[in-house]
Formats: sequence, C-alpha cells, structure tokens
Amino acid sequence: MSKPVDNLDKIKQSLTRRNRAETRFRWYGRIAILIGLAAVIVLFTDIISKGHGAFRVTYIQLDVHYDQDIIGVANMTDPAQLADGNWDAVPKSALRSKFTDVSGRRDKRKLYALLSNGAGFDLKDRLVANPLLLGQTESIWILADDDIDTYYKTWLDGEPYAARMADNQMAWIEQLHNEGNIRLQFNSNLFTRGDSREPEQAGIRGAIMGSFFTLVLTLMLSFPIGVSAAIYLEEFAPKNRWTDFIEVNINNLAAVPSIIFGLLGLAIFINFFHVPRSVPVVGGLVLTLMTLPTIIITSRAAIKSVPPSIREAALGMGASKYQTVLHHVLPLALPGMLTGAIIGMAQALGETAPLLMIGMVAFIVDIPAGFTDPATVLPVQIFLWADSPERAFIEKTSAAIMVLLSFLIIMNTSAVWLRKRLERRW
Amino acid sequence: MTQRTILPALLLTVAAITATSAAMARDSIEVVGSSTVYPFSTVVAERYGRSSGKPTPKIESTGSGGGMKLFCSGVGTNYPDITNSSRRIKMSEFKKCQTNGVTDVIEVHIGYDGIVIANSVEAAPMQLSRKDIFLALAAEVPAAVEGELMDNPYQTWKDVNPALPDTAIEVMGPPPTSGTRDAFAELGLEGGCKKIGWIAALKKTNKSAYKALCHTIREDGKYIEAGENDNLIVQKLQANPAALGVFGFSFLDQNADRVQGAMIESVEPNFDSIADKSYPISRPLFFYVKKAHVGVVPGIKGYLNEFTSERAWGEDGYLAEKGMIPLPVKERRAMAQSTRSLTPMTGNEALK
Repeated sequence: MSKPVDNLDKIKQSLTRRNRAETRFRWYGRIAILIGLAAVIVLFTDIISKGHGAFRVTYIQLDVHYDQDIIGVANMTDPAQLADGNWDAVPKSALRSKFTDVSGRRDKRKLYALLSNGAGFDLKDRLVANPLLLGQTESIWILADDDIDTYYKTWLDGEPYAARMADNQMAWIEQLHNEGNIRLQFNSNLFTRGDSREPEQAGIRGAIMGSFFTLVLTLMLSFPIGVSAAIYLEEFAPKNRWTDFIEVNINNLAAVPSIIFGLLGLAIFINFFHVPRSVPVVGGLVLTLMTLPTIIITSRAAIKSVPPSIREAALGMGASKYQTVLHHVLPLALPGMLTGAIIGMAQALGETAPLLMIGMVAFIVDIPAGFTDPATVLPVQIFLWADSPERAFIEKTSAAIMVLLSFLIIMNTSAVWLRKRLERRW
Repeated sequence: MTQRTILPALLLTVAAITATSAAMARDSIEVVGSSTVYPFSTVVAERYGRSSGKPTPKIESTGSGGGMKLFCSGVGTNYPDITNSSRRIKMSEFKKCQTNGVTDVIEVHIGYDGIVIANSVEAAPMQLSRKDIFLALAAEVPAAVEGELMDNPYQTWKDVNPALPDTAIEVMGPPPTSGTRDAFAELGLEGGCKKIGWIAALKKTNKSAYKALCHTIREDGKYIEAGENDNLIVQKLQANPAALGVFGFSFLDQNADRVQGAMIESVEPNFDSIADKSYPISRPLFFYVKKAHVGVVPGIKGYLNEFTSERAWGEDGYLAEKGMIPLPVKERRAMAQSTRSLTPMTGNEALK
C-alpha cells in the first residue's frame, strides 16, 4: 500500500519530467522553424547575390556619325532601303574614330567586339524614330557586349574575369573607364525585350506576356467551371456512390504529376484538335486541366464552411434552392473560392513540366501580342537561360527567378489579404 | 451581362479563340530538333528577324531524334519546316519522311561540334587516349584471355593506364536521351574500342554484339548521369576537382577560367584542332529543310540565306563566336550554293 504522500511526490517528480518534455518539444519546433528559415535565407541570398548584377548593364559612350554614304540610306521612309542599310557599320566606324591607332584585321575584330552585336540595329531604331539625325553626329551611350559587361562588372569588384578577353580589350576598357566613357546603367532591356541569344539584349518581357495570356485563359476557363462543379457537387448532387466516386477522382487528379496533363494536352489539343504548338491557347487549356481539381476542392471547402443556418433561413423565407445558393451561399463562399483560385493560378504560373510537352519551350524573340502568338512563360524562360552556355546568362537566370518569385509572393500575399479582408467568421 | 449568360459567354469566347488558332496559317518559320544546334540556329533566327523586320523563326529544342520524328510526320503548316540535327539523317528516318509525303528534303551541313572531357583548372590536366576512355567507362572490358569479357573492374585511372594519375574514376556526363551521349559513345568509346584487334574483327562477324560492347557505358556509379544541363556539370567539376565531365566545346569555351579540356591522343580541344579534324571526338552538325514549305511559309529562303552567309557561318562569323566550328571554305561554298538553289537529297546518299 502506498501512502498519499508518496503519490504527491510521484506527481511532483513527474511534473518536472513533463515540464522538461514540453520544453524539449518547444525547442524541436523552434529548430524546425529555424531550419526552414535558414533554407529560405540561403536560397534568397544565393539568388540575389547571383542575380542583382543583371539589373545593371554596361554602356559605352561614343561619338556616332550617321553617315548617309556608309549606311546607304538616302530616304528614311523607304522600308526596303532601311532593311538593306549597312547598320553594323555605324557603331564600327564610331569605334574606329575613337581608337584611331588600331589597325590590322585581328585587332579591329577585337575592337568591334566591345559593343553588342545588336548595336547597329539599336542605332537604326533610334534613327527611324528621329530621321533628322541622318548625316548628323551625336554622343550617345551604346550597349556593350556581354563579355565586356561580365569583365567590367568583375573588374569593378576587384576580381576580373578575363578568360574571354584579349589584352588590348582590357587596355581599351581601362582607357574608357579613366575617361568616364564606360558605366553601368539600369538594364531596361531586361524588362522591355523578348528573349535573345545575346545576354545583353535578352529580356523577360516576352515571357511575362506569355505567362499573362496563358494565365488569363486559365482563369477564364478554370474558375467558372471549377466553381460550377463545386456548387453542384456540394449543394445539388445527391450523395450516393456515383458522387463519392467523382469526389475520389477529383482528389486523385489533384495529386497527378503535372507532366501527365502535358501529355494529355499533346494528345487531345495538338494531335486531335490541331491547335498549334507553343501558343498560350494550348498552354492555358493544359493548365486549366491542372488547376481545376485545386479550384474545385478549395471551392467545396469554402461552400462547406458557410453555416447551414444561412441556408435554412433563406429556405424558411421561401427562397428556392437556386436562390439560396446564388444569393446567399455563393457570396459568402466567394472569398474562400477566390483564395483557392489565386493559389491555383500561382501554381500554374510556376509550372514548367506540362508546357514542355506542348512546345512552349522554344526560342521566341517576338513579344506575343495575343492568345495565338507563339509564346513561352517565365519559368520556362528561366529553364532556357539556365541551359545556355554564355556566362552572362547565369546572372540573368537569377534575375528572372527574382522576378518570378516576386510575382508569386504578390499573388500569395493577395490571397492571404483577401481572406483576412473578406472572410466572415461565425 | 446577367448571371444567366456569363458562363456560356466565357466558354464561347475561349472556344472561338481556340478555333481560330487552329484554322490560322502560320506566318513564322517553325524549327525543331537538336539541342546542340539550338544555340547556333537561335542566333541566326534572331539576326534574320532583326535585319529583315519579318517575324523571328520559333525554335524548339526537342533533340535530334524527336525533331526528325516531328519533321517527317507530314507536309503542311501543322508540321515544322526545319529540323536541326547533331547527326546525319538515318535511312529509316529518310524513308519515313518519304512515306509521309515529305519527299523533297534539303540537307544543310553547317559545321562541327567538339565533345570535350574536362576537369577543374585546380586539378592537373588529363592526357587521355580513346582507348583509356573506353577502358575506364565501358560496362564490359576485354579480360586477359583474348575474346573474353569481364565486368569493368577498373577503379582508378591508374588501373586503366599506368601513366595516368592514381585518382578514382568519376565522370559526369549526359544521360542516354542526349545526342551528346550518343556522339560520345560513338566517337569516344567506340573509337577506343576498335583499337583492340579482336573487337575490331568482331564488327565484321557480329555487328550487334560489337555495338553493344562498344557503346554500353558502365552503370556502377563511376559514370554519373548529370542531366542535360551542361552548366551544372561545369559547376560540379569546380566543386570536385577529382571528377571529369563530358560536354560540348562551347561550354568549355565559355568557362575557360573554371575548367580545362583533357588532351585526347595529345591533341588539345580548341577551335583549330576541331576544324581540321585532328581532335578525334567531333561530330558534324546539320539541318534539314522541307522544300514543299518554301514559298508557303514566308521567310524560309531568307533564313537559309542568312544561315549560309559568310558573316554567319564563316571563319570570322558570329556562329564561330558562339563556339560552332565552321566547314572548310571549299565545302562551305559548295554547301551554300546547293542550299540556296534548294537542291533536295536524292536518296542515293550513303545514309546509315
């Protein structure tokens, strides 16, 4: 027989043990969160430290003479003359008159390599916008080549990357730097241009527009279909084996690897309906298939969370089932549905795998202007740049990841905000 | 719009967009095919688009085999106009093209690409022969008795060849789906394999056994499939100076401060040695054009002219700048002429 005092002792002893267990458990939780945070911090610092350089790009200042005879254009309004014009000669002659002592074919090639090979076309665009400049001379900043850009940035940091540079090129850059004729500027090309094989000319505008058109179509299709399906299943459908079967299937679909939807899209939309490859239409259709289950499941949860008293009150006032749902349940469930839709869209925005199958992984320079223009999307653009041999694409890749992440953060925050703002609690 | 019409209206809009897109004719060129040729054809496409002011060709990297399959599926704007390839078209593919109505195919040989075996600049440079490569990486190697095989027992480079360093064999390279892997097996491994007398004799008596022996890479972890991304291999080599990596020459060219190419049979992989074919592991690059689409899809002729111009594929052209090794000048001129005159393949070429 134990005495009551002993029992109290036992409880006291176990109390310290139980307190210790609780403290330990709290610490496990903190450590788990710390590991998660550390992973996020490592990811972000890695991406930002690699990618921040891409937001600035090297420009070189030169006196450019728009010589009518060299270009071979007399009439600035004649498109045929403009197309045949020798535009590359303009930046080349500007370089030659800047560095007059350079002679010999080999050295001249090194000299011309200072500037981006799109410089001639950029000057053409400028001249077309200001035809009066023809025959004039002006001092302007011209985009430098990506090798020069990489070298100049690393040179400023004190660890020059010179593997692709010739000695005389390094000397010219030092001269330009001392004269103040070379500098880093904000890289507006990154946000205004489509893809390019030249890192200094490459931009993500094309990919952003492609993502935009694809997502608009996805939203237009998946939201109405998903919400209708959810309302029917939740409010009208009888509860029997068939609806159970459908529910299990929808949950399964949500877990199907996304590449399968790509294969499905390839077989149905491209091979059967002959929708062209690589266009936002087919991308939007495939991503609709992928996001539908997510939207149906979240919408059903939102409808379920509307208290039955609301329905009963409406029915009690003589409203029909249809009126109850449309006038009372749906408006109250809408914030939850919207949150689900935004999360579904964010998922679709970051998706690459299904798009690989339907040709949206392509080199597309022209910025898509509609649903039927060939396009690629942001994550695919990242994938393509990560695969490119040019060194300067490494920082471009990280910069594009930063843009994609900021879109995702905006979408997810707005989902949280919408929920906080609109959700009613009972 | 009332609630009654909103859903059908949305769905109708989408259906209309889809239907018009399916019925529309293409106004831009569609190119598919090899991931090795992709970096070169994209540059040409971009230059062509900017200088002509016409829509820039769309280029999809599907791999040589995948591109050929799409290309040979039929004639019409639903099928690609051009396919890139890091090997010559096969007889079976050519026949498939013919049966699907793609009768006139223009073949354009554009240049060469070298495959390099590289390691980190922090390690000592390697001196390999193709025989070393075969012995180090094949699944089965000749045993002491002639005509007999054993599972590859070699653990270090020194086991393979006493002149090589005493480091464990660790090679990162592309997976079997890659054209680079096929070419590496054919030019690197098989090149070393047939140096062994009785195996070379086997080619005549039992070709499939010969091919299985010479092309099969070991799977015991010494050869690591590092995915299709060559930048990743470069990064891994930098982190691990003991390892070697297999990738295309253009990646070596761009990362010369991080990795160095191994000399193969005392030849260093560089621009000149690949161009004059003294570097043994190099392969030809091609693209194929559907003649029936010329004039139907606008711009094909302009794209061909740009690709075969000296400023593009010449020795000082912008493709050489990107790491493509140009054809010798005579071949280049002949090829440019036959391409510009749209001369199709006759079917009598010596295809495999």
